[in-house]
This record gives sequence, C-alpha cells and structure tokens, in this order.
Amino acid sequence: MSEQTTRIPKPAGAMTDTPETPSGADQPLVAPRPTLSEQADRVAHFQPIIDVRGLHVFYGDFDAVRDVDMSFGKNQITAMIGPSGCGKSTVLRCFNRTNDLVAGARVEGKITYHSQDLYGPEVDPIEVRRRIGMVFQKPNPFPKSIYDNIAYGPRVNKMKVDNMDDLVQEALERAALWGEVKDQLKKSALALSGGQQQRLCIARCIAVKPEVILMDEPCASLDPLATAKIEDLMQELARDYTIIIVTHNMQQAARVSDRTSFFTAELDEHDIRFGRLIESDLTSRIFTNPSDQRTEDYISGRFG
Amino acid sequence: MSLTQTPPMPTRDISLEGRGEPIGDKIFRWLLLTALLLSMLFLVVLISFLVIKGWSRLDSRIWTNMPNPRRPQLAGAQSAIMGTIWVVGTTAIISIPTGIAAAIYLEEYADRTKRFNQLIEVSIQNLAAVPSIIFGILGLAFIARRLGLGFTVITAALTLSLLILPTVIIATREALRAVPQSIRFGSLALGATQWQTIWKQVLPAAIPGIATGQILALSRAIGEAAPLLLLGGLTFVTTNPTGLDSAYTVLPIQIYNWISLPKEEYQILAAATIVFLLILLLAMNAVAIFIRNRYQKRL
Repeated sequence: MSEQTTRIPKPAGAMTDTPETPSGADQPLVAPRPTLSEQADRVAHFQPIIDVRGLHVFYGDFDAVRDVDMSFGKNQITAMIGPSGCGKSTVLRCFNRTNDLVAGARVEGKITYHSQDLYGPEVDPIEVRRRIGMVFQKPNPFPKSIYDNIAYGPRVNKMKVDNMDDLVQEALERAALWGEVKDQLKKSALALSGGQQQRLCIARCIAVKPEVILMDEPCASLDPLATAKIEDLMQELARDYTIIIVTHNMQQAARVSDRTSFFTAELDEHDIRFGRLIESDLTSRIFTNPSDQRTEDYISGRFG
Repeated sequence: MSLTQTPPMPTRDISLEGRGEPIGDKIFRWLLLTALLLSMLFLVVLISFLVIKGWSRLDSRIWTNMPNPRRPQLAGAQSAIMGTIWVVGTTAIISIPTGIAAAIYLEEYADRTKRFNQLIEVSIQNLAAVPSIIFGILGLAFIARRLGLGFTVITAALTLSLLILPTVIIATREALRAVPQSIRFGSLALGATQWQTIWKQVLPAAIPGIATGQILALSRAIGEAAPLLLLGGLTFVTTNPTGLDSAYTVLPIQIYNWISLPKEEYQILAAATIVFLLILLLAMNAVAIFIRNRYQKRL
C-alpha cells in the first residue's frame, strides 16, 4: 500500500492531501472545494432525477432484491450502504442497465429517469449508459495509452469533438489527474498506480459527458491517500453531476454524501436471504438519528 | 529511537535447523525430471538420426529440383514445397476468418443456457478428437466427388480447413476468455455497442493468444498426410501448382513416397526433407512466439 502512495508524484500546490485530513477540507484541489453552504444547498434543493418504485431484481427464479422504493436528487451525492449481500450493488447496476449483461438477471418494478421508464420497450441500453456512466470497484483501465483510454468513449459515441486533445486534457483536469500524467499521455494506462487508474476511469467516464455517475465501491481497492483524493473529487464533481455511490465504508458515506440509503439482507419465510431497503434519508440524519432500529444497529457497529 | 536503546534479546534454546528434504519429495522430483529427460532424449535421438542420415542431401537441391523417380541425385521436393505453400496458405485463408468468427459468436454472443448452443459446443470438442483420416474420407466423398472439385488444391485446403477448424475455434475461445470481463464492462458502461467492444477492446487484447492458436493449428495442417493420401496427394507431381484447381502434392506425402522407394539414396533424401519440414515448423512456431511477445509488450 505504502509503495503505491509513494509512487504518486506530487505536483506543486495542486495535491497536498495527507492521510491525516482525509477529506482535505481546506486544501484547494483544482478549483476551490465546495463550501459547507454549497453542500447544504444541494441538500435543500432536492429535485428527483432517478425514481425507483417497487423494484425487484431476479437472478433466474431467485428474487434477490425485493420491493425497493427510492429517489435520487439531481446534483446530489447519494450513498448506498449496507452489509455484503444486501443487494446495493445489484440495485446500482439497474440504473445503467448493466444487469442486462448478467445472464438470467431480470428486473421488475419501475425505474424512471427524467420521468422516462428506463426499462421501457423503446429504450436502448446503450443510450442509457451514455447518460448514466459507471465507475467500477476495481480500476479497469483499457490496455491502451492514457490518451486512448479517455478518447475511447467520445470516439465510440461519435461525439462531435472539435479538438480531442482539449477534451482529453479537460477530462483529466476534472479528474485531478492532469498534473500527474500530462507528460506521459502516450504511456500505457496499466503503468499508473491503483489510485491514478481509478481517477483515469473517472476521467474516462466524464469524457462522454454523462449526467449521472454510478460508483460501485470506487475506493475498495485503494489506499487511504488515494481514497481521500477520490472523495475530494466527488465533491468537486457534484457541482455538475449526480453521483450515486455504493460503499462498504460508513465513514466514507458520512463524509461524502448528502443522502444515504441503508440496505440489509434478511431471511424470508422460506429462509431465503434477500436484500431490501430499510430507509433513505439525509446523511446527517441517518448517522445521528436514524428512524429504524436496524439502521442504528448497523451504524453503531452492532451488526454487519 | 536508536538501536542502542533496544534491550538485548533473550536467548531461547530452540532448533530452527531443518531435517533435510523429505525422501518422498526427493523421489517425486526425480521421477518428474526423468519423465522430462526421457521425452527430450527421444526427440534428440530422432532429430540427430535424421540429420546424420540426411546430411549428404541437405542442400539447395531440395527446393530447386523437382521429384525424379529414377535419378535420386537430381531429385528435389520443389513441387511438394510449393504444394504445401498453396494448400496450407489456402487453408489459412479459409479457416482463420471462419474459426475466429465462430469463436467470437460462441464466446461473446451465444446464450450458453440454450440447448442448441450446448450441442454445438460439445460437437466442436468432439470434432477436435476425430482421426484425420475420417476427414479425408469426408473430403473424398463430399468435396472431391459430390461437389466435383476433384483432386485439387482447393479440395485439399477445404478438407484441412475442416480438420483444423475445431482447434482454431477452441484456441481462439481460450484467448477471448482470457480477456478480463472488466474490460468488456468498462467499454459497455461508456456507451459502446457490443460490436465496438469486441472490435476495439476484446480482439486487440486477445491477439497474442489468437495468433499463437492459429499458427499451431496451421503447423498441424503442414504436417498432415493421412487425409491427403485419399485426396490425390499421392499422385506423382513434377509441376508446381498454378491455381486452386491444380494437381498438387505436399511435403509429408513426398517424404512418404520416397521412403517407399527401394533405392537407399531416396531414404537419405527423405531424411533430408524431413529435416527441412522440421525447420519449417520451427520457423512457424518462432513466428507465433514473436507475435505473442511483441503484442504483450505493447499492452
């Protein structure tokens, strides 16, 4: 782990986070960090962009996630937390129809995005994924150059790009990676450290100009320093993007998110484990005064 | 904290000495090594026997002269070398695109829970184990006679293609399967279509494995004699093929032909030609290794 952090070069000024101040509250990243009042603003103006009603996800005949109702606000960061096997990642994958790629997976209920049914018969999953991007748990850069990793999305989407170099630079700047890689854009992305690779994946996602970014435990395989950088980045991105993050790390959810949804796994009457949503609320309320006992037990470490 | 402040470490009477390598381990290691040496020895004996026996005829006459049934000192294998190039080249043109396409379908598109696809998969595995002479019979009955293509380069190439297709498909599928699933998801999550994902991410990443598989399959085609015995390869040919409808012979058959002749000089010529064939195969494998290393470095 320490080997990875020492390999990250430190450009002057831009990156001065230390593990002691993981949220880097008073350090400038690229632009100044959103202030607390900005975050409060985001919370106050809840404007739904994705709405979930009566969602069930099946794997074959197995009803894995049952009866989920929730809503995600535009330009907010929503965290989905809960123990392993509670279905939070499964639900996340429904939002950009990545579950379609899993053989035997089936979705029931209704997910609307800008009041349009995401699973309607006319909907092309490829169009959905262009608007709702995804960052995965393990950094998955393509075995190509840094430049080609970023340019790939705009190219396959046939986006009208005046100057690809500018677009690549902009995406890398927004992902707080430009300073570290600007002299090695032609080098293989696989040579980057784990934290840099994950920021590259975020840059790659931004390059296609999505509206929503789904993050599936984006820091699970990163060290604390790299995690801090990604968390800072999320605050920065929340100005223009809606972010939904699945995380195992409760402190992370508390640090970065505006709203939190708590999932858990329970046994049904046939002793079959399934995932369900317990409650969704403002993050401040979930972590201080949750309305459900199960949430309280999980948050306080009594279970899970 | 400096080292001088550390208190002295108390001594305890424990033994850390090993008891030597267990006898079972030793025996097993020697058994494995013996098996390796035996197979190597066999190969070395075979090759040195061929080189010694064929040494006096291992010269340019092999590729400059045509076969000559009466005067061994003038005989060469040019028509067989050209025949091999024609037949195997045509086989490559037919089998490589078909095999890769079939493998992509099976690996990336086919729904493996469907009965039909499972049947195809089992069939391909089985076909890879069918003796090559059976393919020769099929080629004779169906391609040479029913389709009326006769004993020509195209008949031989079609038959060899059928023979190596299962190998090509299986090797390509292995190479595709070795591409991490996360690359496919990453590409699809950016709004790429499935075809874009395959063409721009999966295939480039799989090229080293695919190329190795193709060349190993073609190496098999080069050394194959049995099915071609039934398909006119044994006729005595002293002209190079000029097209797909030409008569042909290939190296393994030419060698077989010479060995069956009574004169000792033809046995020597056969040994020399075998060495030539071995060098050809070695060169092809070297190309496979070169391609693999080259693409692996680029990643």
